Amino acid sequence: MSATTPETLTKVDSIDSVRSYPKFLWWGLSEATNGGVGFYLWMFVLTAISLVGANAWAHQVATGMIVTNMTDHVSWGLYIANFTFFVGLAAGGVMMVIPAYLYDDEEMHKVVIIGEVVAIAAIVMCTLSVVVDLGRPDRFWHLLPGIGRLNWPVSMLTWDVIVLNGYLLINLHIVGYLLYMQFLGRRPNPKWYVPFVFLSIAWAISIHTVTAFLYCGLGGRPFWNTALLAPRFLASAFVSGPAFIILVMRILRITTGFTPPVGPARTLIQIIRIAMTVNLIMLASEVFTMFYTGGAHAASARYLFFGLHGHHGLVPWMWTSLACNIVGTILFFMPAALERGSVRISACVSCIVGIWIEKGMGLIVPGFIPSTLHEIVEYTPSLTEWKVSAGIWAFGFLILTILLKLTITVFNRSKVTH
Amino acid sequence: MSNTVPPDDSNNAPLLPILDQPSSSRRTALKAAGAALGLAAFGKAVSPLMVIPENVSVDEFLQQHYKEMTNDDKAKVFARLEEEAKEHYGADVTISDPQAIPGVKFGYAINLSKCNGNGACMEACNKENNHHRGVDQSYIRVFEMSKGSLDMEHGSTTYDHTVPQDDKFYMPVQCQQCDNPPCVTVCPVEATWKEDDGIVVVDYNWCIGCRYCEAACPYHARRFNWEQPEIPAEDVNPVQAYLSNRIRPQGTMEKCHYCLHRTREGRAPACLEACPTGARVFGDMNDPDSDINYVLKNKRVFVLKEELGTQPSFFYFFD
Repeated sequence: MSATTPETLTKVDSIDSVRSYPKFLWWGLSEATNGGVGFYLWMFVLTAISLVGANAWAHQVATGMIVTNMTDHVSWGLYIANFTFFVGLAAGGVMMVIPAYLYDDEEMHKVVIIGEVVAIAAIVMCTLSVVVDLGRPDRFWHLLPGIGRLNWPVSMLTWDVIVLNGYLLINLHIVGYLLYMQFLGRRPNPKWYVPFVFLSIAWAISIHTVTAFLYCGLGGRPFWNTALLAPRFLASAFVSGPAFIILVMRILRITTGFTPPVGPARTLIQIIRIAMTVNLIMLASEVFTMFYTGGAHAASARYLFFGLHGHHGLVPWMWTSLACNIVGTILFFMPAALERGSVRISACVSCIVGIWIEKGMGLIVPGFIPSTLHEIVEYTPSLTEWKVSAGIWAFGFLILTILLKLTITVFNRSKVTH
Repeated sequence: MSNTVPPDDSNNAPLLPILDQPSSSRRTALKAAGAALGLAAFGKAVSPLMVIPENVSVDEFLQQHYKEMTNDDKAKVFARLEEEAKEHYGADVTISDPQAIPGVKFGYAINLSKCNGNGACMEACNKENNHHRGVDQSYIRVFEMSKGSLDMEHGSTTYDHTVPQDDKFYMPVQCQQCDNPPCVTVCPVEATWKEDDGIVVVDYNWCIGCRYCEAACPYHARRFNWEQPEIPAEDVNPVQAYLSNRIRPQGTMEKCHYCLHRTREGRAPACLEACPTGARVFGDMNDPDSDINYVLKNKRVFVLKEELGTQPSFFYFFD
């Protein structure tokens, strides 16, 4: 060792010096960015994609949203579609919290933190998806109560801003507190996290209900103006969230050797089975109500499923989504889903893809087609929109990776010291 | 190869200190370098954002909501906006702020028996309101409808032949200035509101461009500035008002405002003045002698999408 070694370069490794929360976070960050070649490659690719997205967004802000394919007819597109999907993903984490804390499922208790970490990453992706959709992001401060003018409680968008940020803070607190206690080897004080956990259960349901209320309260959009929208959102969230978490646990097993107990995945699969069935029943109910009654009310649905007046841009999307959802449901119901990893993974992927399409191209876009004056202007995302969205997905995965690594590191260390 | 260190090398400093560190601190140094590189790359990636400080002054960034501005604040803001119009568009404009006349409630009616789809109203709106020249836009859409149905699904806004056609009638649609406006309800920052004379206005410098109002409006009345509006200096209408036809900023919403810079000073909206058939009727619904009052009392008027409960101040009738 050279005589010129500065002290600061070795301080980070000394765990005994970490005695405060900020220091713990700093230690966590440095641990979470340690890994092998594969890890660095993964992070590099994600960073590169995030930068491409950031650049595309900056270009969009400078030039105007004309660089998207949105128009006065279809004024919300890929960004809000992603937003809707991510809120579902974030709410889905609650399906681990409920068994762990309300039903005292011991095994689920060991892995519930994964669901909360996924929720954090998903909420960050939600917020980014909305910010990139703003025409004037420089006027963001207009939303802040006190110095701006927040139109609460009348505007559902203000409710959404409040509940999403609140959910982020709740989960950051729970995860941070539990990891810190685990790291210090102390038993977490229930007073400091159990109330927040119970709050997060109700709050998770609320974030997706409020998001649904954004759409279903608009009388001018009959495709959205259905009482079933909020329940459908919740049902599909309780499929996409747990499916994503099952995939995350599988990836953790492959990359870090972390073997979760078998029980939690089984519980999640049971939940997905029920939630997916409910989702499909609700879809059937919607389809019947629209097509049996007919009339102008069903124009958007006709456009979506069969095309309207020679326009059928969304028809392949919708039928693909339906196929993915049905195939995924069948796979989940097969006993092999509980036994064989390959079946489980295919089912998860199938459902996630199906629900992403269903909530995005299958809900947001057809709400605008036909327009309120019954004109048909179609929409497919532009390259800028794809780049920005890819950037948001990549950044979300960056956050997820770092948080998961932090979690695994903390749990591994405590196994060593105990 | 000799192992001996040269005797006069008293520093004992290696050529590249970083290579001699223990692996953990080398890793840390590499991470720091990586982070610095990442930060630099990020700065480069978002560099197009630098256009914001160029185009948005500090005053504009900090500008308060219209309802919170004192008359002094407004005077400063209007002066700044007039300066910017001169700078960016080469046009000398005056921005006024006519207030709602107390006791007035504006209403508009279209005589569907007279409208022949000539579209002069759309053109007049485009000229009067300093619309972006790139997209031939107007706040008004005129539908060519088939006789026998009021369903706009069977109508067309893209007709391109002589008018009127024998078997068609023509229906202009613009902002209905609803008494129960869904657009006002949903705006998260109160950038749009209904004034006392019934006009639903937008503070273009407060709007954050979320387009929720555009999703909420059942009448396709709202327009978004997808890019910076372009108007040649000679086409700019210099008589402007803060809440109506001044040149709007990129990324904000706009809509028909019943030409309040005209109507609040006793003149007619541009669309009505341009209409050659006399199909348009506008005025103060509270004035017992007004044309609109006569129409509402004596003609069989209807409104669009009445079942939605928006209570439009825009009426249609056949004569």
